[in-house]
Amino acid sequence: MSDMVKGNHAFAEAAVRAGARFYAGYPITPSTEIMEYLSTRMEEVGGVFIQAENEGASMNILTGASASGVRCFTASSSVGMTLKQEAISHMADSDLPFLAFNVVRYGNGLGTLDTGQSDYHRDTRGGGSGDYRCIVLAPYSIPEAVELISVGFDLSDQYLVGTIIHTEAALGQMMEPCDMPEMKTVERRFGAIDGTYSHKRISPLTRNRLEEAVEMKERYERIKANEQRWESEYVEDADYVLVAYGLAGRSVIGAVKQLREEGHKVGYIRPITLWPYPEKAFEAVNPEVKGYISVEENATGQMVDDIALTLKKTSQASKDVFALTYAYGVPAMKKIKADFIRITKGEIKEVY
Amino acid sequence: MKVIVNDERCKQCGICAVNCPKKAISFSDVINMKGYQPAVVDDALCIGCGICYTMCPDWVFEITGE
Amino acid sequence: MAVAKKIPSILSKQISFCPGCGHGVVVRLIAECIEEMKQEKNSIINVGVGCYSLMTPSVEIDRFDSLHGRGAAISTGFKRANPDTLVISYQGDGDAYSIGIGESVSAAYRNENITVITVNNTNYGMTGGQMSATTMPGQKTTTSPLGRNCQTTGMPMKFPEMIASSFPEVAYVARGSVTKPAYVNKLKGYIKNAFEAQMNGEGYSLIEVLSPCPTNWGMSPVESHERVNGEIEAYYPLGEFKLREEK
Repeated sequence: MSDMVKGNHAFAEAAVRAGARFYAGYPITPSTEIMEYLSTRMEEVGGVFIQAENEGASMNILTGASASGVRCFTASSSVGMTLKQEAISHMADSDLPFLAFNVVRYGNGLGTLDTGQSDYHRDTRGGGSGDYRCIVLAPYSIPEAVELISVGFDLSDQYLVGTIIHTEAALGQMMEPCDMPEMKTVERRFGAIDGTYSHKRISPLTRNRLEEAVEMKERYERIKANEQRWESEYVEDADYVLVAYGLAGRSVIGAVKQLREEGHKVGYIRPITLWPYPEKAFEAVNPEVKGYISVEENATGQMVDDIALTLKKTSQASKDVFALTYAYGVPAMKKIKADFIRITKGEIKEVY
Repeated sequence: MKVIVNDERCKQCGICAVNCPKKAISFSDVINMKGYQPAVVDDALCIGCGICYTMCPDWVFEITGE
Repeated sequence: MAVAKKIPSILSKQISFCPGCGHGVVVRLIAECIEEMKQEKNSIINVGVGCYSLMTPSVEIDRFDSLHGRGAAISTGFKRANPDTLVISYQGDGDAYSIGIGESVSAAYRNENITVITVNNTNYGMTGGQMSATTMPGQKTTTSPLGRNCQTTGMPMKFPEMIASSFPEVAYVARGSVTKPAYVNKLKGYIKNAFEAQMNGEGYSLIEVLSPCPTNWGMSPVESHERVNGEIEAYYPLGEFKLREEK
């Protein structure tokens, strides 16, 4: 039997085991336990731990570390991630990899301290000024988060983009049995700034930003083609497909299994990559499907937009798209089931 | 020659001439590629003290040490 | 007998500053110190946002283009990842004292082992001469066209004094100028002190440089030097505010 471990502690340890030896951050509920854990753990493994003056400064400190070729990460929650966006955009401009945990708390501005999925649009669209994206990974359990953290660091290094582990308060705060991977060691990234001036540096004055933009787009297309991740079940014969990520996805899986037992032909898609969005998952769905239902922990429905765009892309634009939005907290299976029945009765209007 | 003048770098700001203790610096009649009249050092007056090197913001002067 | 002086080899080509601008002297002094300390292959210069951003194609050492105001934080990242490397944060008064004051103070507060060099020309030079935290009382800028009114905008900030008095554990703090031969020679000594303190692990070092901005001040280069040596130096005294200690 695996040991019980708290989500935030598991995330921190998994990052250390993935070879990350540089952390800078600023405490914010509900992600604080990540940095509390690292405040002693980094010293044990000979790494760097910095409590910066605010979230933005911590991300700028990571900029120096990442430019130095060091595997580095930070953690924050929602409004704290907002403060990091300036540096995230700058890192994207400099092709600097990093990993950031967004342990989402629901709400606008300061928001609440409770779990939610209100940062979907911000995290999947870049977030700061400019024309960039970050890879966004959304685990539905602590063991999956632990696995995705190592994957996320590797993807960042491979594609020279940032990776956001987009999780939520409830996953950070809950405990689950979880095994930890073996400790990895990683080398400094080739060509990094280390003071030796082994590589010529391009200046903003001599950069060819037109060529860079073309290269960036090609890189993003490769990410979209190669890195979509999802879990799905029962979609081949489904009348309705429920789509949800993170802990909402976990509830949906349970709800779909019960609905199946009760005779409803329902399936589910659980996106694991929120960017790139797992468009390929929708190709396997029953061509006669009546509709898609986005299940989200927010008030306005955010991911539902990506479902509609994906259907447009996969020639299913005529299908109905619904959003079951729960603001806030993880929706209970029985609530999802009840609202699904209301959809089948025509009591809930489609979004698209 | 005590001072080498890299006259294509000169922007004729005049800081060198004002600070030269021997008043050995004047400005050429020939215009450089930037459109300025670059500094000219009178080798007879120059003592090679290096103040022009010290004050010049455009790295125009080098002192030979002769 | 005259002493030979050559432009440091790490300065590959001239920088396109305005005639009479002080940045060229500061960059040269940094390069001279790096060469004399034989740190050409062991230095990182993190360049902020201002006219001095133009230096980056010319300075042949490891370098990075910082975000506006974030120099001290990004330099912290470089230093912690490269603890034995000379890390320099080159900033202006707008970059370090206005938009970046939080990062600038916090790096000093942590006594981060980096050298911050701020060039104070009493205005935002690159954007065309707006009022900055160091604009002198009554000084006309494009955002204080009638002259800076210190009753509504505050008095010019004295950052080195603030750091030296608030964080006495930092390694070294000084203010120099580029407007007289003796000042330039002294300034080089300050910069070298700061670099040596850093390489010796003594902690945070800060050099502010008073520098003319003839273009935005609407003055000739020679007049702008006279202004620094008169009005500005009277408000911003030159010298060392925190001396290195034996460690």
